Amino acid sequence: MTEVVSSADPGLSQPLLAKRTSKRWLISAVVTTAIVALPVLAVIFLALFPEENIWPHLISTTLPRYLITTIQLMVGVGALTLIIGLSTAWAVTMCDFPGRKFFEWALLLPFAVPAYVIAYVYTSLLDYAGPVQRALREWFGWQNASEYWFPEIRSLEGATLMIGLVLYPYVYLLGRAAFLEQSPSLFAVSRSLGHSALSTFFKVVLPIARPAIAVGLSLVLMETLNDFGTVDFFAVQTLTRGLFDTWMNLGNLGGAAQIATTMLIFVVILVTLERYSRRRQQQFAARDNRDPIRRFSMSFPRQMICVVVCAIPLILGFVIPGATLGYYAWEYFDVSWNPDFVRNTMNSLFLSGTAALTTLIIGVTLAYSRRLHNTKGMKVLMRLSSLGYAMPGAVLAVGVIVPLAGFDNWLDSLTRDYLGISTGLLLSGSAFALVFAYTVRFLAVSAGSVESALQKITPSMDMASRSLGHSPGKTLLNVHLPMLRGTLLTAALVVFVDCMKELPATLILRPFNYETLATYVYQFASDEQLYHSALPALIIVLAGIVPIILMSRSISNSRSMS
Amino acid sequence: MRMKLAATAAMALAAMPLSASADGEVNIYSYRQAYLLEPLLNAFTDETGIEANVVFAKQGLAERLEREGRNSPADVVMTVDISRINELVERDLVAGVETDTLSHNIPENLRHPEGKWYALTTRGRLIFASKERVEDGEITTYEELADPKWEDRICTRSGKHPYNIALISSMIAHHGEAETEEWLKGVKNNLARKPQGGDRDQIKAIAEGECDLSIGNSYYYGNMLKDENQRPIAQQVNLIFPNAEDRGTHVNISGISLTKSAPNKENAIKLMEFLSSPEAQRIYAEANTEYPANPEVKPTGIVAEWGDINPDDLSLQEIADHRNAAVKLVDRVDYDS
Repeated sequence: MTEVVSSADPGLSQPLLAKRTSKRWLISAVVTTAIVALPVLAVIFLALFPEENIWPHLISTTLPRYLITTIQLMVGVGALTLIIGLSTAWAVTMCDFPGRKFFEWALLLPFAVPAYVIAYVYTSLLDYAGPVQRALREWFGWQNASEYWFPEIRSLEGATLMIGLVLYPYVYLLGRAAFLEQSPSLFAVSRSLGHSALSTFFKVVLPIARPAIAVGLSLVLMETLNDFGTVDFFAVQTLTRGLFDTWMNLGNLGGAAQIATTMLIFVVILVTLERYSRRRQQQFAARDNRDPIRRFSMSFPRQMICVVVCAIPLILGFVIPGATLGYYAWEYFDVSWNPDFVRNTMNSLFLSGTAALTTLIIGVTLAYSRRLHNTKGMKVLMRLSSLGYAMPGAVLAVGVIVPLAGFDNWLDSLTRDYLGISTGLLLSGSAFALVFAYTVRFLAVSAGSVESALQKITPSMDMASRSLGHSPGKTLLNVHLPMLRGTLLTAALVVFVDCMKELPATLILRPFNYETLATYVYQFASDEQLYHSALPALIIVLAGIVPIILMSRSISNSRSMS
Repeated sequence: MRMKLAATAAMALAAMPLSASADGEVNIYSYRQAYLLEPLLNAFTDETGIEANVVFAKQGLAERLEREGRNSPADVVMTVDISRINELVERDLVAGVETDTLSHNIPENLRHPEGKWYALTTRGRLIFASKERVEDGEITTYEELADPKWEDRICTRSGKHPYNIALISSMIAHHGEAETEEWLKGVKNNLARKPQGGDRDQIKAIAEGECDLSIGNSYYYGNMLKDENQRPIAQQVNLIFPNAEDRGTHVNISGISLTKSAPNKENAIKLMEFLSSPEAQRIYAEANTEYPANPEVKPTGIVAEWGDINPDDLSLQEIADHRNAAVKLVDRVDYDS
């Protein structure tokens, strides 16, 4: 029931491209991409009209350092998330140890902690004035900083650790879904051919999981690239630093858009390289659900190693920040308890839910059109639709305002001229603008994971369904979507939690008097008073946990049920 | 089917929080946190019956205003930092407004000549010194921060922060670019650690003995004194009003401007007049331990205990004019590395 096909000619065979029926898919993909790409194009457009050419000044002063720091940060975070994400995903999928079921979902928890929150928490704990160093000084009788060495949390390494701790779940989630979808018989075959478990992992399991892992990693890297909160707080000088300087301090939005565009090129190169490296392979592994995963039974010391490997990221990425927030929430309960807080929670849930659903529908549309029309053009469309993810949220927000306000004002002039009424601003400054921004920003997450999962379904499935007279739409509904259930849930979960945490675009685009949990927390955090809003910060984390548990359950179940 | 669903959802979303333009409202784009404005706006609504609606963000509101154009729902923009306010003027987003009440309440040096902005509060950029390790009178000016005797003893936040940029701009205005560059190099040499964190963090670092001097806005210190958990930290530093004896201490402002497109212009002007009134000035300044812009209102509480501030009478416009030079200077000196 399992086949692994390597073919030099990726793409589905000709009969599938029954031109007429699938034209609608092509058209909807083109239209969707055009709409979703508008904000990115708007930023590129802004880049054409800078107030002043910013590059000579940047090149002669800070640009080299910004570039090097950015690359160091991306390499560091990439390596860290791969190590944590893959080792834990492999352990909980394939090994049997006490607490495995608990770690299966608990390892996702750090994902619910926004990077700006974890950075704040660790700084307050670990910097010179924090409780850890103070306690050390008291115990050892040190008088000042020159008498001992302590790692500086506000540093490149510190930022790498913070960002890595909250982003590794991307790799974990997609890696685990990919491991689960692999047929255990593959593993058995490799072992029977004399490969050790370790060598099987590197020679069979990883290569098959690579498309999914690559998606996870590229999401991590893009998010690292556009992070502003953490690097700003830690005074780490990355390209985003230069971008915001140019925008806010020099008042040169065009120049900032140029830096954003340069960062996009960064991402395009990255993604292209990854695709290029596996251009010759395409794998179809039809999954056989009747064949349950046989986990290794291990000796006690080895089981303990598994527990430790899984416990470390959980404790550092979730337990410590959660407990610290809990402590602040308790200390400042009377100031942070607030009647608005139910309303803010509802706003967050509503926006994130709508955006997750929209993003999923569009993601499936795009990925499936790509399957039907495996052309260069479609490939470009897919990449174009994902670019929003690589842009700092605040810049993207401006990119969203440009087309939306443009449309509103155009419609308004039209109705004023012909009907004598003013429609005002219909879309900009509404919840629509927010959902649109989230969709543009997080489409990469859903489209990417759906695309990589679709790639692993053998085309013979499509052929069978189509030769039985089903339309492409019916085939998607009856064949692909059921097989993709785990992936779809994963994608929706990731987008949902991402939206809950999203801050810069939400701030700029929201309607009057409209607070989400994240914006509410930020009011105080931006005034150096996060402890005042520790309670809502804790709620963001908790609200992220519920869907994490629910969906993690269904992912595991998608394996045992069928 | 899918398209129809999406379209319906889109329309439902768009219709939901319709931009407010009915009578009895005033819409605010604010660079200040909404919770700081709340008590004031409540008082305004109580007095006039006009609802006040707020969007708060630290970036991008000017861009939003610009793109929304004549249909923008925003009536006023509330900002901090003179450079940011000046940007609204330069991009032609705000309108001049002059009324007897406003001219009476806000002194000439704290408003735009054509009324395109009015300051509501002022805050000094002060030096904080360890009570233990710095003698009274050992430092009295910004210039002395570059003195080598402070080597390894100063902490500041990023040189790129708008409040530091404004301070450096004022130095450029007084001493010229070349001399300011030397000064900034001197300050950088005296840093005990890489610039990081916010103004409060520097005070904490002094309390813990990592450094002896820091630069910060007056209200951060004031708000720390108000917070029971942070009071012991703040009490370990003295505050110094730099250059009090010569040109005066560098001050920055928070302010308000009327947008060009204001749909509720009358209400907006009522709000501006209200915010400049003694009653509102008292609430506003007290809420964030700042100095009221209206000279009839005397500072109260903690701020009053600090004694009088002698503000540098350099025009705010001049500070805004030197902003770009200051930003580039920080890069050249590599202050943040």
